[in-house]
Amino acid sequence: MKDIFVLMEHRRGELREVSLELLSGAAGLGGTVVAVLLGSGADDFAAKAAGLADKVLYVDDPMFENYNAEAYQKALSALIKEHGPGLVLMGHTGHGVDLAPALAVELGAPLVTDITGLEMDGDKPKPVRQYYGGKLDAHMVLKDADLYILTVREATFQAAEPSKSGEVVKVANPVSEDISYRKFVEYVEPEVGEVDITQSALLVGVGRGIREDKNLPLLEELASALGADLAASRAVVDAGWLPADRQVGISGKTVKPKLYLAVGISGAFQHVTGMKGSEFIVAINKDPDAPIFGIAQVGIVDDLLKVVPALTEKIKELKG
Amino acid sequence: MNMVVCVKRVPDTAESEVHIDSSGKGIETGKLSFRMNDADNYAVEEAILIKEKIGGTVNVISIGDEKSDEQIRMALAKGGDEAVRITDPALEGSDGFALAKALAAAVKGMEYDLVLTGALADDDGCAVVGVALAELLGVPHAAYVKKVEVLEDGKRIKVGRELEGGLMEFLEMDLPAVLTIQTGINEPRYASFKGIKAAAKKEIAVKSVADLGLDPSEVGEAGSWAVLESFSYPVVGEKAEILEGDPAETAAKLAAILKEKGLV
Ligand SMILES: Cc1cc2nc3c(=O)[nH]c(=O)nc-3n(C[C@H](O)[C@H](O)[C@H](O)COP(=O)(O)OP(=O)(O)OC[C@H]3O[C@@H](n4cnc5c(N)ncnc54)[C@H](O)[C@@H]3O)c2cc1C
Ligand SMILES: Nc1ncnc2c1ncn2[C@@H]1O[C@H](COP(=O)(O)O)[C@@H](O)[C@H]1O
Repeated sequence: MKDIFVLMEHRRGELREVSLELLSGAAGLGGTVVAVLLGSGADDFAAKAAGLADKVLYVDDPMFENYNAEAYQKALSALIKEHGPGLVLMGHTGHGVDLAPALAVELGAPLVTDITGLEMDGDKPKPVRQYYGGKLDAHMVLKDADLYILTVREATFQAAEPSKSGEVVKVANPVSEDISYRKFVEYVEPEVGEVDITQSALLVGVGRGIREDKNLPLLEELASALGADLAASRAVVDAGWLPADRQVGISGKTVKPKLYLAVGISGAFQHVTGMKGSEFIVAINKDPDAPIFGIAQVGIVDDLLKVVPALTEKIKELKG
Repeated sequence: MNMVVCVKRVPDTAESEVHIDSSGKGIETGKLSFRMNDADNYAVEEAILIKEKIGGTVNVISIGDEKSDEQIRMALAKGGDEAVRITDPALEGSDGFALAKALAAAVKGMEYDLVLTGALADDDGCAVVGVALAELLGVPHAAYVKKVEVLEDGKRIKVGRELEGGLMEFLEMDLPAVLTIQTGINEPRYASFKGIKAAAKKEIAVKSVADLGLDPSEVGEAGSWAVLESFSYPVVGEKAEILEGDPAETAAKLAAILKEKGLV
C-alpha cells in the first residue's frame, strides 16, 4: 500500500487535536503514516507527531508560522509530487476546508469532504459522509486515481497514546516565492459577553425552533425558574436573537453543564460538538427524527410553545 | 465592483422527515418545501451591500432546473442585476467538482472582481464548490468569510475568516477573488414588493453545458470526483427516553426527573 500523508494542523503555537486523531485513525488503514508538518520553529509539534507517525516530513520556515491556504497548497503539492502518497488526510476544519478543494483541483485528485467513517479497498478509500444535516449517511464511491484527498470531521477518530517513534525528516521549503496575493494579517478573539456560559451549571439551549424573537421571553422565564443561563444555536445568533457569546458549538463555545436543555435545536453536529459533554441532556423538539434525540438522554416530542410554559410552571411549583 | 453570486435551491429538511427514495440514491421530495440555501442568502446580501456602498453589478448564477428561478428571482428582487441558470440533464449526479467546473465556465465569460458562494450547501454540506471554483478560475480565495472590507484602491480586500471557537483570521488579498460566505455575516433583507415585481420581469439566461463550452463528460457522474453509491439512515446509539403525554404531562414528568437528579 502507498503512503498516507496526514497534514498537521496548528494554530497560535498549538498543535490541534484533530492532527493526532488523524494520525491515530490513519494507523489502522494499512500504509506508512507520514505526518506532514509545515511550521516555524515547531520542533515540539514534530516530536509530538512522531509519537503517532511512522515518519514526519517537517518544513521549518517562517512562512508557515500562521496558516495560509496558498502557501500550504504550494508546499503540499510539491511534497506530494515528490513522495507520491496514495492518500492525504486533513481535518474538516476552517483550515482544511480552505485548502483541500483547491489542492484537489490542482492535483486532479478525487476529494471527499467532511467524512465521518472510512474503510479502505486496497489503496482506494470508501468514505461515509452525512447529508441533510445528519439525517442521512451517504456511501461514496471515488473515481479511480493515484491519489485521493479526504477531509475528516473532528472526533471521527480518537487520538491514541503515543506508541511510535517516527523519524523526523527536515525538508527544505519547496516554496520560494512571496505570496503577496493572500497575506495573513491577524487573529481576533471573539468578544466576551456578560455571561460566561462555559461556567454555567445549568443551560437552556435555544434553537431556531422558537421561530421569532418574540418567543424568547418564554425561554427566559424557563431559564430563570431553573436558575439556568441561556445558550443558543448558531441559527439563533445569526438571526440576532441572542449575542454571539451565547453560541454553543464548533464556532462557538464548548460547554459541559450538569444540565443542557435543548429547545428547538435540531442537533447539527456543529452544535452537538459543543455540548455533547454535558452531564444530562434533554431535548424538546417537535420532529421525532431530529438528530438531537440521538444524544439526549430524555426527550419530549412536541411543540415547544406548549411544553415550555408548562415546564416553567411545574418547576416553579416544585421550587415552591 | 463586478460581482457574481452563486445560489442553490435546496430542500428544507430541518423540520421534516427525510425518506430515501426507491433508487437508494435520492430522497422523496414530494412533501418537502424548497428555499434558497441559507449561506447563499447571506452571500447575496453581502454583494448587494458592497454594491450599495461602492457601486457595481451583481450577477446571479444557479445550477438547477427551472424551479431554481424562484431562488434566482429572489436574489434579483433584493438587488441583483442579471441572472444565468445552468440547466442540463448531463449535470445529473454532479458532485462539487463537476458543479464548480460548470460555474467556472459560466463565470469565465463574465467580467468579475468578486465571486461569492455560500460556505456550504445545506443539503450535501460539502463546502467544496467555492474553493474549487477559485482554483479553476486561477484566482485567490478565502473560505468561511464573515467580514469583507474593500480596501481603498478597490483592487484589494480585507476579509475575516471564522475559525473554530469563533476566532477570526484576517487576511488581505488581491482581486479578483472567490469568497465563501458564512451565515451571520450580515442581516439579509426582505425583498421589497417593488423589487419582486421588477424581478419577475427580468430575463434569466438559460445555458446548457454545451453553451458553456463544456463536454457533457466533464460534468455529471462522469466528471465528478465521487458518486453517491447509496444513502442509509444513520445508526443512532441509544436514543433518548421519550416522555409520553400531553404538554402538561410531559412537562410534569420532566420536572420530576430534573428534581430526582437534583437539578431543580
Ligand atoms: C462552519 C460552520 C460552523 C458552524 N458552527 C455552529 C456552531 O458553533 N453552533 C451551532 O449551533 N451551529 C453551527 N453551525 C450551523 C449548524 O450547521 C446548524 O445550521 C445550526 O446548528 C442549526 O441551528 P438550529 O438547530 O437552531 O436550527 P434548525 O436546524 O433549523 O432546527 C430547528 C429545530 O427546531 C424544531 N422546531 C421547530 N419548530 C418547533 C416547535 N414549535 N416546537 C419544537 N421544535 C420545533 C425543528 O424540528 C428543528 O429540529 C455551523 C455551520 C457551519 C457550516
Ligand atoms: N447547484 C448550484 N448552483 C449554484 N451554486 C451552487 C450550487 N451548488 C453549490 N453552489 C454554491 O456552492 C456553495 C457551497 O456548496 P457545497 O460545496 O455543495 O457545500 C453553495 O453555498 C452555493 O453558493
